[in-house]
Amino acid sequence: MLPSRFEYHRPATIDEALQALSSLEDAKVLAGGQSLIPVMKLRFAAPAHLVDINRIPGLDGIAEEGAALRLGALVRHAQVAASETVSARYPLLASAAPQIADPLVRNLGSVGGSLAHADPAGDWGSVMLAAGASVVLRSSRGEREMPIGEFLVDIFTTALEPDELLTEVRVPVPSGRSGGTYLKLERKVGDFATVGVAVQVELSNGTIGRAGIGLTGVGTKNIEAAEAGASLQGKEPTEEAFAEAGRMAAAASSPSSDVRGSAEYKRHVVEVFVKRGLTRAVEMARA
Amino acid sequence: MQITVTVNGTERTADIEPRLLLVHFLREVLELTGTHIGCDTTSCGACTVLLDGTPIKSCTMFAVQADGRQVTTVEGLMQDGQLHPIQAAFKEAHGLQCGFCTPGMMLVGKALIEENPSPSDEDVRWAISGNICRCTGYMNIVKAIQLAAEMQAGAAATS
Repeated sequence: MLPSRFEYHRPATIDEALQALSSLEDAKVLAGGQSLIPVMKLRFAAPAHLVDINRIPGLDGIAEEGAALRLGALVRHAQVAASETVSARYPLLASAAPQIADPLVRNLGSVGGSLAHADPAGDWGSVMLAAGASVVLRSSRGEREMPIGEFLVDIFTTALEPDELLTEVRVPVPSGRSGGTYLKLERKVGDFATVGVAVQVELSNGTIGRAGIGLTGVGTKNIEAAEAGASLQGKEPTEEAFAEAGRMAAAASSPSSDVRGSAEYKRHVVEVFVKRGLTRAVEMARA
Repeated sequence: MQITVTVNGTERTADIEPRLLLVHFLREVLELTGTHIGCDTTSCGACTVLLDGTPIKSCTMFAVQADGRQVTTVEGLMQDGQLHPIQAAFKEAHGLQCGFCTPGMMLVGKALIEENPSPSDEDVRWAISGNICRCTGYMNIVKAIQLAAEMQAGAAATS
């Protein structure tokens, strides 16, 4: 399949990329391309210009700085899966990374690109919601940092302006004793999630401090089950509290019936996964 | 636009349209038809090649993106008339039936055994989970990749 014609640009620096984005009409950023190229081949997208950021140095770093893990725009899924920093302190990210797509796609696909694509069946959006992450958006006009919940607007729609580049994802270091996990139901490796649930729990003095819950594939975007998370705050981590959070998260989801399952089935999976995820996350926090 | 890609150790320069996919560049411009097109939707792994040694799907990358980089296809496995251990092992362990997925399976296998010289069943199954085979049921593919690891380790020990 051939995509529509486009003009190709390969900036060598971020400034050159920003210059291109601010001067070109109908330009898209090409990062890993594992979502963009398929939709271009299917002609769902036909941008006039592609700005390939893959040769820009310094965008592929994973580093802790201040109180956050910083993931550069070109960090690949496989890189997250292999990172010792991530596996040591960010169990939610470590659990999600190897479940994304398949090994070949993970070698090219990027975290930043996946977030900017904003597929409601994408995994990273839910993970970042549960982790309380933010994204850094830069343009020749300046830079702004935005919580991921504001960034993800609707299906395939983000708050990114046409002249902006997502340069970094910032994931706060979980505080206190913490745990997190990503549960994904998929028909086979590489399929989109039927349902995905991201959970991160931080304990303080044995009670729950912060609990973040993100839902994949059960709405027009990745959903933060904020009420369910808030219901846990200050509570003892009990089975009853988890069950209640599961019910609230299921109520916050709005799945559609499709080839992967009925809406009712998916809502039930949300409930079970939230409960199961919280149980696992608290076990990790206590270990 | 003009690109230069090192394919199987040889620099190849061509003038191409930016929208040309890497797999079409290999098959139609360079006439290296060992890289197959299966699903053409990033699902099956038949088009797997190594980009600077890392397996990727060549149907989901533009040829321009490979400009200045190294690509290895199945045609690049055999050296000096000798089968690469991964090829010899697929032959020996009967790791194929129709052969359509085989170039991709061998390239993924080669990348795996370079990183992990004695992969378990699970390691192999994990590594090939992006490559679909509709004939074998995978049993002999897993065995072949493990045999290739042994053959490679044996060759390294005697050299």
